[in-house]
Parts: sequence; C-alpha cells; structure tokens
Amino acid sequence: MTSLDIDGQLIELDNEGYLRDLEQWTPAVAEALAGQEQLALTDAHWEVIEVLRDFYHTFEHAPAMRPLVKAVAQRLGPEKGRSIYLMKLFPESPAKVAARLAGLPKPTNCL
Amino acid sequence: MTLHTLNRPPSDRALLTDCLAALLADDTLLLLEDGVYCALESLSLPTGVRCVALAADVEARGIGSRLPAGIEVVDDAGFVELCCRNDRVLSWF
Amino acid sequence: MSKSKSFLIISRRPPYGSSHARDALDTALTTAVFEQPVAILFQGDGVYQLLSGQEPGGVRQKNLSATLSALPMYDIDRLYVCARAMAQRGLDQNDLVLPVEVLDDAGIAGLIRNHDVVMNF
Repeated sequence: MTSLDIDGQLIELDNEGYLRDLEQWTPAVAEALAGQEQLALTDAHWEVIEVLRDFYHTFEHAPAMRPLVKAVAQRLGPEKGRSIYLMKLFPESPAKVAARLAGLPKPTNCL
Repeated sequence: MTLHTLNRPPSDRALLTDCLAALLADDTLLLLEDGVYCALESLSLPTGVRCVALAADVEARGIGSRLPAGIEVVDDAGFVELCCRNDRVLSWF
Repeated sequence: MSKSKSFLIISRRPPYGSSHARDALDTALTTAVFEQPVAILFQGDGVYQLLSGQEPGGVRQKNLSATLSALPMYDIDRLYVCARAMAQRGLDQNDLVLPVEVLDDAGIAGLIRNHDVVMNF
C-alpha cells in the first residue's frame, strides 16, 4: 500500500493507486495523482473530472468507458464526448485513469 | 424452442406461476431436484409443451409411481440431449 | 467481435436480502461492455429493485436503484416489468426510478423467444 502526503495530511491509496477513503479527495490530491501519471491537469481535464464526480454522486459507481463517453457528451457536448478525446487527456485507459484522479473507486465493469 | 428447467417445489408458487406463464408451444419443461414435486400437481400446460422429469430426482423422492400420465422421465443423457436440441435453456430457480 | 448474441436477463429477487439482484445487474452491465445487446426483465419480487426511495446506508449496502438508474448510460434501455408482478404489489410506473415497459404473460413469453441467451437471477 502506498500513500500521498498532501500538506502534511496522509492520503492512503490501495494497491492500484485508488483512494481508500473517497472523502479525502481534494483538487490537490488530484494534482498529486496526476503527477504520478506524468500528467499536468488543464481545464480540459478538470471539466471531465467534474463530470465523473457528478456521475458518481448520482449513480453511486464509477462508469466504464461507454457511459463515461456518454456522460461527457451530455455535459460537455458531442465534440468532447468521444473516446479519442478522452484518450488524449487520460492516456491508456481513460475510465480508470480519470476515475483515479477524480477520487472514485476503480470502475468495476471496465475491461 | 426453449428448454425451461425448474428446480423448486410447488410451494414456491410465484416461481411456478411465472415459469408456466412463460411456456410456448414446442417448449419443454424439465422438472429437476425439488421441482419434480411439481409433477404431482395437475399442471396446466399450454398445448404443444412437453413436460419431463429427471429420473434420478424422481427415484430419490420415491414418486415414480405417482407421476401422472403425460410426464416423461429422462435420464442425464436425455437432459443433455434436450439442452442440445433447444435454442436456449432457461433455468427457473 | 464478429458475431453478437442477444441477451435477456430476468431479475426475480428483491434487493439487499441476497446478492441475486446485484449479480443480475453486474451481468447486464458486463454484457453491455462487451457490446452485446441486452434487455432486462424484472419479475416477481424483482420489481422491488426499481422502487424509488431506497436508502440502504443503514444496512451497509450500495443503493441498487442508483446503479439501475444508470442503465440508459450503458445503452441498456430495453427494460421490462411483469404486469402481474406490478399489479400484485400495487405498483405502477410512478413508483419506479426508471421508465420501463410493462409486459403481460404473452409479451414475456415472446420476449424470451426473441433472445438468444436468457439468464435468470
């Protein structure tokens, strides 16, 4: 198990790097997690993180790729609601990476 | 064509009702485990529905001589054959 | 994937008392992730899964109806309920968290025949 030190506060992560306590999430935590992925967060990242946190609040689970794309399309428009766009922002596996940065659990139905 | 399997006794009324309501002509209803007791009720099956009970479960419960006419008994090989012959298998449990 | 099969999930158990309802839902979501067409039929006590106002925090479980309401986001929009089950429990569409299609017995029998794979939970 690893952990982050954010301004003296210990943030525990599970062995896949997701927050153990989702209540501990702050934008600073997201920045630190992004640093581990070699990502610098821009407004484009933040608005997707916002969509994810709202999705989790409403539906109580982290979305797989398809519903993530759909949620982004509904909130941010069809230009952004595309896998390729999300791939560029959160390389490798957008549903997993973005969920991690948004402080959500790992998407369970994500293959 | 669908093979429906039912493994609960007739006291599980809601299950039995939903299962029977889902039967269409050319379907087969296979009773197994405690489902074989359903054969002792006078089941009202739609026309064209075949009703069979699994031999080992019938014998285990000593109800072979009580089965009404019209209920066939199949062994495990017969069960497998039914699975292969139908388009889908739907388990009611 | 070359060929897809159509899937029908029949969910017959109430939420929280066992894992059946959650298993049915996880199966539906996973099937959709594999891009196979999937429909769900709520039958018997399974219709209680759709009841609005669920707050399972006190029994330390996740809100099943919250996940169910995400089904359209997974492009699972063919959702059916058994007319008999609804009538027996005095429920109608207004009691549910999602829009669903109500099917009578003949409709359900036809639905089963229209799907390649049918799984009961």
